[in-house]
Amino acid sequence: MSGAVVMQATGLVKRYGHVTALDGTDFELRAGEILAVIGDNGAGKSSLIKALSGALVPDEGEILLDGRPVHFRTPIDARRAGIETVYQDLAVAPAMSIAENLFLGRELRRAGALGHVFRMLDKPRMIAESRMHLQALQIGVTSMTQAVESLSGGQRQGVAVARSAAFAQHVVIMDEPTAALGVKESGMVLDLIRRVRDRGLAVVLISHNMPHVFELADRIHVARLGRRVAVLNPKHVSMSNAVAVMTGAMRSEDLSPDARA
Amino acid sequence: MKLRLPSAATLGPLVALVMACAFFGMRSDRFLTGDNLSIVLQQVMVVGVIAVGQTLIILTAGVDLSCGMVMALGGIVMTTLAVEHGVPVPMAIGCGIGATTAVGLVNGLLVTRLKLPPFIVTLGTLNIAFATTQLYSNAQTVTDVPDSMTALGGTFQVGNTSIVYGVVVMLLLYMVATYVLTQTAAGRHLYAVGNNLEAARLSGIATPRVLLGVYVVAGMCYGLAALLSVARTGVGDPNAGQAENLEAITAVVLGGTSLFGGRGALFGTLVGALIVGVFRNGLTLIGVSSVYQVLVTGVLVILAVAADQFARRGGRAT
Repeated sequence: MSGAVVMQATGLVKRYGHVTALDGTDFELRAGEILAVIGDNGAGKSSLIKALSGALVPDEGEILLDGRPVHFRTPIDARRAGIETVYQDLAVAPAMSIAENLFLGRELRRAGALGHVFRMLDKPRMIAESRMHLQALQIGVTSMTQAVESLSGGQRQGVAVARSAAFAQHVVIMDEPTAALGVKESGMVLDLIRRVRDRGLAVVLISHNMPHVFELADRIHVARLGRRVAVLNPKHVSMSNAVAVMTGAMRSEDLSPDARA
Repeated sequence: MKLRLPSAATLGPLVALVMACAFFGMRSDRFLTGDNLSIVLQQVMVVGVIAVGQTLIILTAGVDLSCGMVMALGGIVMTTLAVEHGVPVPMAIGCGIGATTAVGLVNGLLVTRLKLPPFIVTLGTLNIAFATTQLYSNAQTVTDVPDSMTALGGTFQVGNTSIVYGVVVMLLLYMVATYVLTQTAAGRHLYAVGNNLEAARLSGIATPRVLLGVYVVAGMCYGLAALLSVARTGVGDPNAGQAENLEAITAVVLGGTSLFGGRGALFGTLVGALIVGVFRNGLTLIGVSSVYQVLVTGVLVILAVAADQFARRGGRAT
């Protein structure tokens, strides 16, 4: 896994009053990889992700997407640039259908005067394309007009993942995608994340769940005290050593060279 | 487009309406005549039009307590301008609708900019609109309204039944608004905002703009209702809208639209308004005091809200 660098950040700083959330952190994401971001509470993990997804504007530092500098001021900016985010609290509209949720904010209109003058939605096309997107990720739901609230938690998260995979051109950011799910459902979503990667998208996975991280990640970005303290190779580092680096009990230099990635 | 069967939420009110009609039809020979049903529609048209705006607001998980009072303000503005200041009728009507739209805009700005709860905001504008109406009209009814302003109160014949133009206006409004709600992105965004505001925002929907738009459009509906009210009564009445104020909310709730937002349909609201109208008309025909109508409406509202609450708890997988 050493694809081209898709997204890069250097020296990101974010301060809230006298609290420094990001203290000059770096970040690097390569094409077709799953990069896990781990860190203790307050390590600057979520601030980093917010900066990458446009939810916060860093005070200093630079973000490059495909080598070009980008300045996201809202999550919408990031979405337009091809970065989709899946939020942990299942950001879907429960009473609305799967197809409506998939195309929420990006509705397709009919061709011709029906669409231009009467603004009529192309529901059949949205339903057909939704089915295609869900099938591509092997999410076993057949009725696209079914309300999302009638789905299980895992299936709902599946809809959210399918939505981001369908529209992301570069990067899918997943913020604790399994936090709200049971064991079996988590397994389903993990498979899903792998399939998203296999379709060529770069995935950033934020998780507290070390077994999930080690199962999925190609590389592990360790955040600590607002900086990136290490990038680890999960195949050559133990879970306990990764946690030690994360908590500051061990320095990344103390690890064997092939543990770093 | 595939036609789907109406859901239980819309079917329930419809069943209640049919049963009420059947009941009054059996108790009174006059109830199911064309003329009487036309009267029911005519009695319902004002509250029906207000309820369109109210439905839009309730779908966004808000509520508008000021609707009837705002309508009264619009009616007084348009009649006073035309009668006392000689303003041409179309312009006077425009000013009346402009006034109600402006109140809607104020409601919307307070809800979206200052993030105040709609309940409190509209409780405030309810009193402001009422007081303004009384002050502007000196609490006097405006009479001698020009005929062209009450034209929508005129009738046309279908067979032996005369139907008021205003009823047609109301039905057209329901059709247009239903189209927008179900067939356009704007409509879906409105549902999304009521359903999960945060999800809507993260999906790139400009949620404050949707909310503001809803309050403005609701204000326009109240202006149209004001015109219909003037057309029906032939006067500008500063005390209009007091019954309609809560009847509009009643119609929306009876029609199965959830007070928690994001669920419901305009068709249900029309049915809800008709239920209120049918009970009022039917109980009068069979000689029951109108107080019972109020009583029955109250019971129905509680039943409808209980059904909504029950559906919410039962329908959500946790």
